[in-house]
Amino acid sequence: MISTELVDLSRLQFAVTALYHFLFVPLTLGMTFLLVIMEGAYLVTKQQVYKDMTRFWGKLFGINFALGVTTGLTMEFQFGTNWAYYSHYVGDIFGAPLAIEGLMAFFLESTFIGLFFFGWDRLTKGQHFLVTVLTAVGSNLSALWILIANGWMQDPVGAHFSYTTMRMELASFWDVIFNPTAQAKFVHTVSAGYVTASIFVLGISSWYLLKGRDIEFARRSFRIAAAFGFASALSVIVLGDESGYTVSEAQQTKLAAMEAMWHTEKAPASFNLIAMPNEKEQRNDWAIKIPYVMGIIGTRSFNKEIPGIAEIKEKNRGRIESGMLAVSAMEELRKDKNDAAAKAQFEAHKADLGFGLLLKQYTEDVTKATPDMVQKAVDSTVPRVAPMFWSFRLMVALGFGFALLLTLSLYHTVKGTFMKQRWLLRWAVYFIPMPWLAAELGWFVAEYGRQPWTVYGMLPTHLSASSLSPGSLYGSLTGFITFYTGLLVIELYLMFKFARKGPGSLGTGRYFADKAAH
Amino acid sequence: MLDYETLKIIWWVLVGALLLGFAIMDGHDMGVGTLLPFAGKTDVERRIMINTVGPHWDGNQVWFITAGGAIFAAWPLVYATAFSGFYWAMLAVLWSLFFRPVGFDYRSKIENPKWRRTWDWGLFVGGFVPPLIFGVAFGNLLQGVPFHFDNDLRSFYTGSFWELLNPFALLAGVVSSAMITSHGANYLMIRTEGDIFRRVRTASLVFGAITLAAFAAAGVWIASGIKGFAITSVVDPNALPNPMDKTVVQETGAWLKNYTLYPATMLVPGAAFAGGLLAMLAAFLKKPLTAFVGSSISMLGIIGTAGVSLFPFVMPSSTDPRSSLTVWDSVSSQFTLGLMLVATIIFLPIIIVYTSWAYKKMSGKITEAFITANDKSAY
Repeated sequence: MISTELVDLSRLQFAVTALYHFLFVPLTLGMTFLLVIMEGAYLVTKQQVYKDMTRFWGKLFGINFALGVTTGLTMEFQFGTNWAYYSHYVGDIFGAPLAIEGLMAFFLESTFIGLFFFGWDRLTKGQHFLVTVLTAVGSNLSALWILIANGWMQDPVGAHFSYTTMRMELASFWDVIFNPTAQAKFVHTVSAGYVTASIFVLGISSWYLLKGRDIEFARRSFRIAAAFGFASALSVIVLGDESGYTVSEAQQTKLAAMEAMWHTEKAPASFNLIAMPNEKEQRNDWAIKIPYVMGIIGTRSFNKEIPGIAEIKEKNRGRIESGMLAVSAMEELRKDKNDAAAKAQFEAHKADLGFGLLLKQYTEDVTKATPDMVQKAVDSTVPRVAPMFWSFRLMVALGFGFALLLTLSLYHTVKGTFMKQRWLLRWAVYFIPMPWLAAELGWFVAEYGRQPWTVYGMLPTHLSASSLSPGSLYGSLTGFITFYTGLLVIELYLMFKFARKGPGSLGTGRYFADKAAH
Repeated sequence: MLDYETLKIIWWVLVGALLLGFAIMDGHDMGVGTLLPFAGKTDVERRIMINTVGPHWDGNQVWFITAGGAIFAAWPLVYATAFSGFYWAMLAVLWSLFFRPVGFDYRSKIENPKWRRTWDWGLFVGGFVPPLIFGVAFGNLLQGVPFHFDNDLRSFYTGSFWELLNPFALLAGVVSSAMITSHGANYLMIRTEGDIFRRVRTASLVFGAITLAAFAAAGVWIASGIKGFAITSVVDPNALPNPMDKTVVQETGAWLKNYTLYPATMLVPGAAFAGGLLAMLAAFLKKPLTAFVGSSISMLGIIGTAGVSLFPFVMPSSTDPRSSLTVWDSVSSQFTLGLMLVATIIFLPIIIVYTSWAYKKMSGKITEAFITANDKSAY
C-alpha cells in the first residue's frame, strides 16, 4: 500500500508549487488586457504618454511574467513526476487540454510577448498593437484550457472507465470543453486576474499621486485601472456566485463544507453568515444566520433542498458498499476478462467504482474491509469544514472589498475628484497584495474542497501519487521551496525597485526619476 | 477515422517531430546559453549574445512544454513512467531551466557586474544541463530502464539516479550536448559579427566534430555491446493498449534489426553525418545560415536514429522486459489520438507561420551600437 506520508508530501509539494505559480498568473491574465487598453489609447490618440504607460506597466508585467514562466514549467511535468498513477489513469482525457493549451495558447502568448518587448522599433504601430492583443488572447486562452482540465477533475464528464486498459477514456470532448464547472471556473478566474491587475495599477498609481510625482502618467493609469477594475470586480462576484450554483455532486459536497451545513435544512435553507464549526460534534457551536439566502443562491429556487454533510455521508456509505463490489469484480476481470459473472457485477456497480477505491487506503482487498474501515472511508468523503468555511469567507470578504474600492475609485474618477481623496489613494496602496491573498484562498477552497479525490468520485488522491520514496519528496520539496522563495525575493526586490522608480526607469528623460538623476 | 495502428504510428512520428522542433528551436537558445560565459568576454558581448535570442527564447521553450503535454495526451504511460522513474533527472532539468526566464529578464535590469555575471552562469546552467540530461536519458532508454508494472498498471522504478550516469549514457549525453552547442554556435554566427563570430565559428567546428565522433562511437557500441530488445509474442497493432500482454527478450544487435528490415531507414543515421558535415563545411566557409540548416538536419538524423533503433519500443524495461513500453501499448485511446492529431494539424502550421514572422521581423546582426542605443530596454 502507498504510504500516507508519501501521499501527504506529494500533496504538499503540489500545493506549494501550484500556489507559488498562481502568485504570478493573475497579474499576467489581467495586465495583458490593461496593456491592450493603454496601447489602444496610444493608437487612437497618438499621445506619447500612452506609449510610455504601455512600456512602463509592461516592464513590471515582464518582471512578474518571468516567474510565471519559471513556475509554470513545473506544472506541466509534475503530474508525471509526482502523480504518475493519476497521469496513467486519466491521461487519455486530462492530457488533451494540456497539449492543446500548448499548441493553441502558450505558443501564441510566448512568441508574441517577445515581440511586445522588443518589437517597438521593428513593427508598425498597428502590428505592435496586434502583437499585444494576441499576447492577451494567448494568456487568457491558456487559462481556459487549464481550467477545462481542472474543471474536469472537479466534475468528470464525458469519460468512462475501461478495465482492459485500466484507466478512464475520453467519450466526448465536447462535454469536457463545455463542462459547466469548467466554464464557471474560467470566467471567475480570469475576472479575478483582471481585478488583480487593476488593483496593482491602481495602487501603484495612487502611490505616485500621494507622492505628487509623474502626475499626468499616474492619473491616466488610475482612471484606466478604475474603469477596467470596476467591470471586472462585478463579474468576479456575479460569476463566483454562478460557480456556487451548480447541480453537480462534487460541488454539493464542497458547498456543504464551505457553508458549514451539517444537516439538510427545509428549503429554502438559511445562510450561515458567520459560525463556529465544530468538527468533532459535527455541528456549529453558534451561527448568525440569514434565512432563505443559501437556498436561493444554491438552487435558484425556493423549494429545492441543499444536502447537508450528514446526508451526503449517508448517501456515500451506500456508494462505498456498492463500490466494493465494483472493485472486486474489476479485479476478477483483470485476471480473466471473459468472466461473465464478474462482468455482470461490474456493470451493475461501475458507477461507484471510485467510491470502492477509497477503501484501498485501509486494505488491499476491499471485500475484506471492516465496518470500521467503511466508516473511516465514509467520513473521509467530506473535507474538514473549518478550513473551508473560513477560507471561503475571507475570500468573499476580500472580493467585496475590491468591489467597494473599485466602485469608489470609478465614482471619483467620473467626478474628477480622485486626486484629492487621499484616503482612497492610501486604501488603494495598502490593498495591492490583497487580490493575491484572495486568489490563493480561492484555489485552496477549490482543491482542498475536492478531497479525498483527485478526480471527484473516480480516483482517490491516495491512489494517484507516484511510487517514490518519502526521502525523495523531502529532498524535492526542500529544493522547490528554496528555489521559489529565493526567486520570489529577487522578483519582489526588482518589482519594488522599478515601481518606486516609476516611468523614469524607461530612460526617456520625461519623468520624475530621470530628473532626479540629473 | 484512421485505424488505430496508423494513428499509433503517426503519433510516434509526431512526438519525434515535437522533440526535433524542441531541439532546433529551444536547442539553439540553449546552445547560446552554453557558449555565453566562454564566447562572450565582456558585458556588452554577453548582452549581444543574449539579445540574439531575447525575443524568441520564450516561444522556443514552448516546444519543450508542448512536447511534454503531447506525450501526456498521446503516451500517458510513458509520461507517467518516464518522468516519475527519472525523478531526480527530471527535477535537475526543471531546476536548471528555472534560471532561464529570470536570467534573461533580470540580468540586465541591474548594473552591478557581480549580479550580471551570476545570471550569466545561471543561463549557462539553463542551457547546458537540460540537453546533457536528455542525452543521458536517451542513453538509458537504449539500454533499458529498471521498472515494472503491477496488475493495476502502477509503475515502480527500482534503479537510482546515479545508475543513470553509466558510461554509455554519458556518451549519449556528450552527443546531445555537443550537438546543441554547435547548433547554438551556428545560430550565433547568423546574428553576430567580429570577435563573437570568430569564437563561435571555432566552437561550431569543434563541437560539430565532437558530435559526429561521439555519435559514431555510440553506433559502434550499440552494434557490439548493447543488448537491444525484441518482442517475441504476436503483436496486434490494433489491440487495446496493455503493456503486460506481450513477451520480450533482450539480445545484442536487436537495435539494428530495423535497418536490415527496412534498408531505407539507413538514410536516418546517414542524415546525421551528412547534415553534420554540411554544417562544418558551411561554418568553415562562413555560410552561417547553411550551417544552421546543416546542424538541424544532423539533429533530425541523430534523434531519428534513436527513434528508429528503438522502434517499436519507447521505454524498454531491463528488469521486467514485458513491462516495456512500446508504440503499440503505451498510447491513449483511438479517439484521443485522433482528436489530438486534428489539433496538431490545425495549430502546428499556424505556429510555424507566426514564429517565422517573429524571426523575420527581428532578423539582422545584433551589434554593440544596438545595445548602447537600447541600454534600458534590451536584455
